[in-house]
Amino acid sequence: MALLRIENMTHYFGGLRAVHNYNLDIEPGQVRGLIGPNGAGKTTIFNLITGIYQPSKGKITLGGSGIVGLHPHQIASAGLGRTFQDLRLWRHMTVLEHVKMARYSKITYGLIGAFFGTPKRRREEAEIEERAYHLLGMMGIAHLADQVVVNLPYGAQRKVEMARALSMEPKILFLDEPTAGMNPEELRQMMEIIRQVRDAFGLAIFLIEHRLKMVMELCERIQTLVFGEVIAEGTPEEIQNNPKVIEAYLGKEIVE
Amino acid sequence: MTYFFQNLVNALQWGSFYALIALGYSMVYSILMLFNFAHGDIFMVGAYIGFGVATGLVALTSYGAIVLPGWMILVLTIMISMFLTSLVGVIVERVGYRPLRDAPRASAAITGLMIGIILETGNLAIMGATRVSFPPLIQSVTYDIGGVFVTNKKIMIVVVSLLFMFALHLFVQRSRWGMAMRAMAFDYVVVPLMGVPINTIAAMTFAIGSGLAAVAGILFGVAYPVLDPYMGIVFGWKAFVAAILGGRGSIMGATLAGFLLGFIEIFVAMAFPSTLRDLIAYSIILLILAFRPHGFFGEAYSARLRL
Repeated sequence: MALLRIENMTHYFGGLRAVHNYNLDIEPGQVRGLIGPNGAGKTTIFNLITGIYQPSKGKITLGGSGIVGLHPHQIASAGLGRTFQDLRLWRHMTVLEHVKMARYSKITYGLIGAFFGTPKRRREEAEIEERAYHLLGMMGIAHLADQVVVNLPYGAQRKVEMARALSMEPKILFLDEPTAGMNPEELRQMMEIIRQVRDAFGLAIFLIEHRLKMVMELCERIQTLVFGEVIAEGTPEEIQNNPKVIEAYLGKEIVE
Repeated sequence: MTYFFQNLVNALQWGSFYALIALGYSMVYSILMLFNFAHGDIFMVGAYIGFGVATGLVALTSYGAIVLPGWMILVLTIMISMFLTSLVGVIVERVGYRPLRDAPRASAAITGLMIGIILETGNLAIMGATRVSFPPLIQSVTYDIGGVFVTNKKIMIVVVSLLFMFALHLFVQRSRWGMAMRAMAFDYVVVPLMGVPINTIAAMTFAIGSGLAAVAGILFGVAYPVLDPYMGIVFGWKAFVAAILGGRGSIMGATLAGFLLGFIEIFVAMAFPSTLRDLIAYSIILLILAFRPHGFFGEAYSARLRL
């Protein structure tokens, strides 16, 4: 039983076919990659699965139950965490608050707790903070917990996004270009973090990347998307040697 | 000097009305990036609901059905009216604004103005064209503090307003819903992807803003017990100015600017004929905004993205 299964997903923006007959099966603990040139529809696929858009056709099941038509917050609570290609942090909130916010659906204290600081609130807040610091520690940014995110360097902001997504305790984590704009040192760290996270939480990870080297090293299976269609799927070796992929990335003339 | 303090008390009272209403504008703007132009009329609806509830409770007391002192009736009136006015706010959001969540902002502004007119004329249809008077719930007592005359009503109005502002502050800073509101103010799109139901948060924001407007309406009715269906228009616009002056979306800003507005109005009226009051007061505010177009606490044009 696949953790996440997508069958024949197709999506139109008006008359434009953005995604065509997309299929995917992800098992727990797997790391899968989605590559393709700019505008191929990679982020659209993320948005379709996470419920920001509704697919025109197709079926998506998460842990066995259908999620098409659910609200994005329901899909997220069902176990799908996500980061964004263009960092989407809450500029003037602290790192710790970001991680706490993702615990929204797990907080049970109400108005009385918020107003008067009941023992229940103290207990829950302490639990949340302990988990938050643990996650921030894994990302190597625990010392930045009380900083407002807008002041942080780019690499640290990416880690905040990751910690925020993990804070929801997802079963599957979507990473949209997790290393975009990073320098080689930050890139190495991020790859290390991704491996650690998978091992520590037994998560499935689905990532979009531009850097082929990273995808090849991390992923067990890779799909190549061009104009909304998967033109090749396989292990890193198969993808690397697939003439269609080389053509899509480098252009036809060079291949010939 | 006593003249100054006398006016200071009045300024605090008017500032309380403006600030309570301005908070509703600011909260809604901060999470949905739209100004609810029906908000002044929600204040009016709150005052009328308060009038209805208070009149009813007074009638019950006079028939001997319940025995309540005036201040208890006031407390009950505030609680019941807040609840009922919140429902009005939630309906306005659900029917008027939610379908326009992704529409151009101008559509929401036009809708707001239309909802305002519906609330005004709806009230006119139900209550008729005559003004109604808010039942006197508490006996007015005047204290003489070193030559400054302060009524118990004025003290009550300022204290109750500050209490509600403090409660709002706690709510926004310490509850999970408040935290979600703050997050939505910065980036609206990712919030649901963290498991937060944003429609609930939006409805809650309208409910709280409308509840605070109801408090302002009732307190206004206690101080100036004549209500008419168009009372929300001028108040609405002035509180809107306060929300802009405070910085769009800033709760702290709306509160301070509401009080500042009260001060400017009252102290202008001290020095100039009262017919010139608003002309001069709002020229001063225009001048402030010319130098600080994003208000006291607002961010200069933010490039927030929306899907």
